[in-house]
Amino acid sequence: MTSTLEQVGLVARRSVRRTMRQPALIVPTLVFPLFLLAVNSSGLSSATKLPGFPADSYLDFAITVAFMQGALFAAITAGTELATDIQSGFLNRLQLTPLRRAAILVGQVAGATTLALIGALVYLAVGLIAGVDVKSGVGGAIVLLLYAVFIAIAFSGIGAAMGARTGSPEAVQGVFPLIFAVFFLSSMSMPRDLISIDWFRTVATWNPASYLVEGLRSLVITGWDGTALWRGLAVGVAVLVLSFWVASRALATRMART
Amino acid sequence: MSGNSHGIVVEGLVRIFKGDIHAVDGIDLEVAAGEIYGFLGPNGAGKSTTVHMLTTLLPPTAGRASVAGFDVATQGADVRRNIGAALQEAALDNFLTGREHMELQGGLAGLSAAERAQRGTALLERVGLTEAADRKVGGYSGGMKRRLDLALALVHGPAILFLDEPTTGLDPQSRSALWDEVERLAREDGVTVFLTTQYLEEADVLADRVGIIDHGRIVAEGTPDELKREIGGDTVEAVPADPHHHERAAEILHRFGEPAAHTPKGVAVRLTQAAEHLPDIVRAFDDAGITLAHLELHSPSLDDVFLAKTGRSLEGAGDESEPAEAPVPA
Repeated sequence: MTSTLEQVGLVARRSVRRTMRQPALIVPTLVFPLFLLAVNSSGLSSATKLPGFPADSYLDFAITVAFMQGALFAAITAGTELATDIQSGFLNRLQLTPLRRAAILVGQVAGATTLALIGALVYLAVGLIAGVDVKSGVGGAIVLLLYAVFIAIAFSGIGAAMGARTGSPEAVQGVFPLIFAVFFLSSMSMPRDLISIDWFRTVATWNPASYLVEGLRSLVITGWDGTALWRGLAVGVAVLVLSFWVASRALATRMART
Repeated sequence: MSGNSHGIVVEGLVRIFKGDIHAVDGIDLEVAAGEIYGFLGPNGAGKSTTVHMLTTLLPPTAGRASVAGFDVATQGADVRRNIGAALQEAALDNFLTGREHMELQGGLAGLSAAERAQRGTALLERVGLTEAADRKVGGYSGGMKRRLDLALALVHGPAILFLDEPTTGLDPQSRSALWDEVERLAREDGVTVFLTTQYLEEADVLADRVGIIDHGRIVAEGTPDELKREIGGDTVEAVPADPHHHERAAEILHRFGEPAAHTPKGVAVRLTQAAEHLPDIVRAFDDAGITLAHLELHSPSLDDVFLAKTGRSLEGAGDESEPAEAPVPA
């Protein structure tokens, strides 16, 4: 009998191989966030002239959006991959082995996580070339990468929960615009205290995504900001625990083996 | 429940799905160690639901089943350790190679890395996939996928093998290659095989014993020969050269025996010692001035058995669809 850790390793290796062999998953993860970043940083650059805007360049301000978008792609990848396994019957195959549920859940998000790491490295590299100035320095850039991957893992849980619940890759993809809308109702494109519309500011304040964005962003535009980092981390942990709990429950219903 | 350690014992097994659908409606059967048991029936008869219950993927609504001496409802893990299964969908990962599949399945079954590699190579060779081992499964033919599926089911050396419609959709050549392999597993390695099929020929050629299932119930069971003998007698079919003579031909032929299943243009009867009656039959047609385009004598087929038991022919009998996936329990 293999240990749970070995099982995680086996499922994870398969998940990574699978993901890395699908250009249809890799290309959007790399292209779309950079495209949006290019559009935003040129189109919204005048925002930096607003009194009290926290960064000199809008690119510095907006680069975190790419990491958030990368996390969103990780969620979609994890969700569609799990749903595909359910739909194809591959999950049945795995169920006939002594595989534990925890192993499948953790192993399955390995592909999405790897993709998120590659994405984060690319966004950062492109950002640095384009002139992003990471105020927290080299150490901060490393923390930024880890932080981005951590958020991606937390979001993979959301994807996995949706995948396990619906068993349909299309359904998982259908939720994509919804989460993106939630992102836009956060402080993603504007600092909260500069949002002049009251309801928007209220929504952004209650929106957990704001704290994830602000945690990431503080490393670039502020330096080491303990409050922002700590809040972002707390929200991230909450998302992680909640999403994997829901995913595990949904998968338990699916895997009704005796 | 008997302690049939390498066989299968099923008593009153029932599975009811949401909407009061009795997919499996109280079946009893016993499969001895080393036997090939053919579970024959049309689409939607309850074959896959039965396999899902016996492989622990679906809890029974009622009844009991023991596989390899373990109860499928309460000793799932023990059952799974002793069985291999190739389920209907041949669920494979198109982005992985054949060898990577073996590695994953072997690893999850508890083999060490070295065992995994050695066993994977041996099994891939056994099913004739050595050359294709390092190609992605997405490029495999239907037959290759089924063979890989079979190899995967064997990775942990199971005593009992479940094959759910292993040759559906395969060309005749791939089909007989798979039959040979299944035959070899049972005869040489003593593996017990529980096989579902909607092909009469498959059950006839491969199975030691056949259970015919229709609407969730077993309507006949026995060796193919027993079942055919039960039907009693051979079938004589005559096709008149002139279609207008069809009615008169039927009249003449029906003097010799019981009406039986026939082709659209022909008439057929079932009778004992058909060979002895053949000259009389020919003479009778001759006296009536009816020329025959075709006259055939054949021993009963499993389709005759199916027809006799259900009133329908097996070919095209599949109407109601059976849920392919194990649905949410009712």
